[in-house]
Amino acid sequence: MSAIPVESPFKRFVEDFVRSPTAVIAAIGVLVIACVAIFAAQIAPQNPYDLAEINIMDGSLPPGSVGFDGFHYWLGTDEQGRDMLSAMIYGLRISLSVSLIAVGSAVAIGMSLGMLAAWSGGRIEAFIMRAVDIQLSFPALLVALLLLAILGKGIDKVIIALVLVQWAYFARTVRGAALVEIRKDYVMAARCLALQPMRILFGHVLPNCLPPVIVIATVQVANAIAIEASLSFLGVGVPITEPSLGLLISNGFGYLLSGRYWISFYPGVVLLVTLVSINVVGDHVRDILNPRMQK
Amino acid sequence: MKNTIWRVALAAGLAVSGATAQAETLTAGFASEPSSVDPLYHNLGPNNALRKHMFEALVGEDENLGIVPMLAESWSNPDDLTWEFKLRDGVKFHDGTDFTARDFLYTACRIPNVPNSPSSMEGFIKRAETIEAPDDHTIRVTTATPYPLLLSDFASFGVVSASAAGHDGPVTYKKGGCEGIASYPPSEDYNSGKAAIGTGPYKFVSFVSGDRITLARFDDYWGEKPYWEEIVIRPITNDGARVAALLAGDVDIIEKPPVQDLETLRAEDGVDVVQGASSRVIYLHFDHQGEPSPGIGGTDGKNPLKDVRVRKAISLAIDRPLIVDRIMGGLAVPARQLVPDFMRGVDPEIGLEEANLEEAKKLLAEAGYPDGFTLVLGTPNDRYINDSKIAQAVAQMLTRAGIKTEVDAMTKSVFFSRRNKYEFSLYLAGWGASGAGMASPLRALVATQNKDKGLGGTNRGRYSNAELDAEIETALATVEPEAHDAALRRASKIVVDEVAILPLHYEVTPWALRKGLTITPRADQHTVLTTVRPVD
Amino acid sequence: MLAYLIRRFGQSLLVMAVMATIVFFGLYMVGNPVDLLINPEDDLAAQEAAIRRLGLDQPIYIQFLQFLKGIATGNLGVSFVHNTPALELILSRLPATLELAFFAMLLAILLGIPLGMIAGLYPNSPGSRVIMGGSIIGFSTPNFWQGLMLIMLFAVFWRVLPSGGRGQTTDLFGIPVSFLTLDGLRHLILPALNLAIFKIALVIRLSRAGTSEVSLQDYVKYARARGLSEKRIVGVHILKNILIPVVTVLGLELGNVIAFAVVTETVFAWPGIGKLLIDSIGLLDRPVVVAYMMLTVFMFVMINFFVDMAYSMLDPRIRIKAGKS
Repeated sequence: MSAIPVESPFKRFVEDFVRSPTAVIAAIGVLVIACVAIFAAQIAPQNPYDLAEINIMDGSLPPGSVGFDGFHYWLGTDEQGRDMLSAMIYGLRISLSVSLIAVGSAVAIGMSLGMLAAWSGGRIEAFIMRAVDIQLSFPALLVALLLLAILGKGIDKVIIALVLVQWAYFARTVRGAALVEIRKDYVMAARCLALQPMRILFGHVLPNCLPPVIVIATVQVANAIAIEASLSFLGVGVPITEPSLGLLISNGFGYLLSGRYWISFYPGVVLLVTLVSINVVGDHVRDILNPRMQK
Repeated sequence: MKNTIWRVALAAGLAVSGATAQAETLTAGFASEPSSVDPLYHNLGPNNALRKHMFEALVGEDENLGIVPMLAESWSNPDDLTWEFKLRDGVKFHDGTDFTARDFLYTACRIPNVPNSPSSMEGFIKRAETIEAPDDHTIRVTTATPYPLLLSDFASFGVVSASAAGHDGPVTYKKGGCEGIASYPPSEDYNSGKAAIGTGPYKFVSFVSGDRITLARFDDYWGEKPYWEEIVIRPITNDGARVAALLAGDVDIIEKPPVQDLETLRAEDGVDVVQGASSRVIYLHFDHQGEPSPGIGGTDGKNPLKDVRVRKAISLAIDRPLIVDRIMGGLAVPARQLVPDFMRGVDPEIGLEEANLEEAKKLLAEAGYPDGFTLVLGTPNDRYINDSKIAQAVAQMLTRAGIKTEVDAMTKSVFFSRRNKYEFSLYLAGWGASGAGMASPLRALVATQNKDKGLGGTNRGRYSNAELDAEIETALATVEPEAHDAALRRASKIVVDEVAILPLHYEVTPWALRKGLTITPRADQHTVLTTVRPVD
Repeated sequence: MLAYLIRRFGQSLLVMAVMATIVFFGLYMVGNPVDLLINPEDDLAAQEAAIRRLGLDQPIYIQFLQFLKGIATGNLGVSFVHNTPALELILSRLPATLELAFFAMLLAILLGIPLGMIAGLYPNSPGSRVIMGGSIIGFSTPNFWQGLMLIMLFAVFWRVLPSGGRGQTTDLFGIPVSFLTLDGLRHLILPALNLAIFKIALVIRLSRAGTSEVSLQDYVKYARARGLSEKRIVGVHILKNILIPVVTVLGLELGNVIAFAVVTETVFAWPGIGKLLIDSIGLLDRPVVVAYMMLTVFMFVMINFFVDMAYSMLDPRIRIKAGKS
């Protein structure tokens, strides 16, 4: 298909996107999930981290129960008497913010290094790209696991580990895109005009590198959520006092067999829906931005 | 449909195997793996439990940790400093050789010579000044000062065969280094089975790290023949997986089924649950020294925990029966002293305390903290049954009393390192008392730290009370049982009155088994498969 | 060319050394293993004695020097917990993990390629939609949750497969393997499937993309025009062309499979190196963690090294680029 010059690329992108009902549903899902996470404090019926609000007398109630002081637990409680619905909403917020902060930092670091490599070439480029190769040749989960083994538990440490295993994807992608861009005539012209390198890079090269970065970032957010959940399951992730979705599942792990499925089941469903939505959206965005897939 | 066929086939299989009872194999799922087969390598629960199948001690401990005859048939005290043991006749090692006093001397010699031992058995023999064998079936031990806990110490390590370890000559025990023994076998020789020769009811077959330990019945065993011809121990550390293995019929018995699954397991057709009181107390320890204390805020640098009124208030704020009911699922007994009633040294006069929030608030106000303060409670989250959940419940209760408490939960590796560096103002931990009874937690947890006297080894709250120390030292120097116990009771009373430490509950240990089987629960929580048998 | 390979190899060794150093010092910072290993009833003197026996009373730089000295003689240290040389311990567990990884790969190929080809050949049929939907879910399901579901269904509800552990093993060329006995196979199915599901989803995507691309190529169109049977076109022309990229990607994924085996082994109590790693991290068994890390890094370095070598021989462009940098 040939592009019509007057159409803005964004508009075309949206038009392409809404053509797939699956993708639209997934995108709405992502939006809803994001809103729930952002307004967790307003939506959640309880603050699950405030020990004064939880009552141990209400421990392990099944979904729909009414608690000691008349509180309605729609999705039941865990053994601490914590409202599962609230715990999940807050857990979702932790899962999402951990992965978004991690991916955001990884994008920033990766893009800067990728552009630096593309722009300067020579030894700097060789060094950065060698580091990227090395980083990408090790499985992310293993590197994160070893890092957390020596850093200890904590939300900040999980984020550090995630950034360290993800920056390389962005550095590699951005360098590739930037190399193409830098060789284009307009950059040559800008260089000849002796414009500041920063201005050329951030004003001209960067915007053109964004589409592939967006695609990878989407997938990596899902990846980050999954890795964080796995790490928490293995006992090296976030602390138990403020559980993410992954840790909620892991906490409920032992309760599945005892019939108290809700402690583990609902967080699992939310995690699955979140990951599927993000992956579907990511897939579709990639299909649109990748011309080879277009019929 | 398919499901039904499988079940029928399974039932048929069970029926057939049931007919050949004596030839059966018992498969057990353990919650943790012994780090070695070497009985002298590592003084830790899983190792000691495995040891009890293969290597016997000089004296034994019954299920309530009372001392019973084992390799020694009887013993006596000619005086306060001397112990004489008469050894049992006709005891054979797995390789067919006779057990004699020489093997005990050899064992005592090898204890300090196990390379790289991360937790040695040395503590169990260090009070013995001399160990001699006047004849093949007598052992005489002398101590420098009267020492009442020698039997409990000698019940704690298994006797290995000297010949199987590669030593054929006579053995002379000498404190600080025996004579005439060229070299001691490394622990690997026990893992491979080469030196793993004991006198116990089961003998070594194979050890595959991370997978299974296989033992076979020893037919020349001196005591009662165990029921199972073969036992297989499989380490399955994940709680859910262990329960699943039992439900799927892969194992016949599991230890430590998670508390939350017990209800389901009891309701399950093919499964029985057996439980028994343990000697393990879960307690909170206060920082008695730090000023300011690392986890306390809102007191202008003062450490309120040094004030006994504050400690009493904390004790009153905690509703122990509620924790037992809601968090432990009934699998615990509320505690006030450091060991449960059936052990030595408990003061029966001391009753349980009823939670009283108003009284707690009043005491806090009296102590000068009407608005409370903030407190961080440190706890491991993978060491004791529901440890971090208990801590969260405690935090809820303290918060209601006005002490705003936050839980700092971490994996046990980090927890114990930080605890030993005194980084907590209040921490949760557990103590499994040995057969010594009250003396065991008293000398470790609340006696003033003193390396030379071997006291206060785990007193990471740095509690120090001269009056208490005196009672503990009296008890530890009194061999006469009644006087020994009386001193322990007086010490326990001081600990309770001063709230030196805050016991929460004693764990009750559950086991889940295939229907029709039962096990004798042990207070030390060890799973000894020799006691597993069909219900009559 | 040779210089390029040698330089890459040297860089990889450097990476290994740096990582080993970081992990060594990092674990030292986390805590003292004796705090965990010691019996709490031991008094302070006994605790200090244990610390001395394990060499942990030495300053960290001395411990590190001793570690380096050990490496020079091929000794990666002795496990604090098991009192066995760390490398020996890991090597004794390695066959179990490799067996698991191999079977997961096999399942991924056997299930993933046919499903992916169906989806690629008939992209609009409902069956293909189900396959692709399933592959997205397979991609997204958290591995540990999926493992528990498998145990729930197959081991607890239907009771057709064991819930965990490794079955009976037999020696094949001196290596204990479990796939030769019925008991062993029964134990292998669930963990291998759990490890494979993610890879199956990946292979489905790869082969679908490959199939739809190859189907449009001239030689397939030509084969169709010549009236070759559909079976032959799919079985020979398309399969042959998608097999190469799929197998290449899976080869590179081997490292990931071994890494994710950590989760699967934990859920299914599979006695492999992943479970050993988790246990050792929990117990701060530094020699084992460091040795595990060095061994896996070495494995990845070798895998990447051979892939690089193969590429540089096949693709002259890489050689030129390498010469430049």
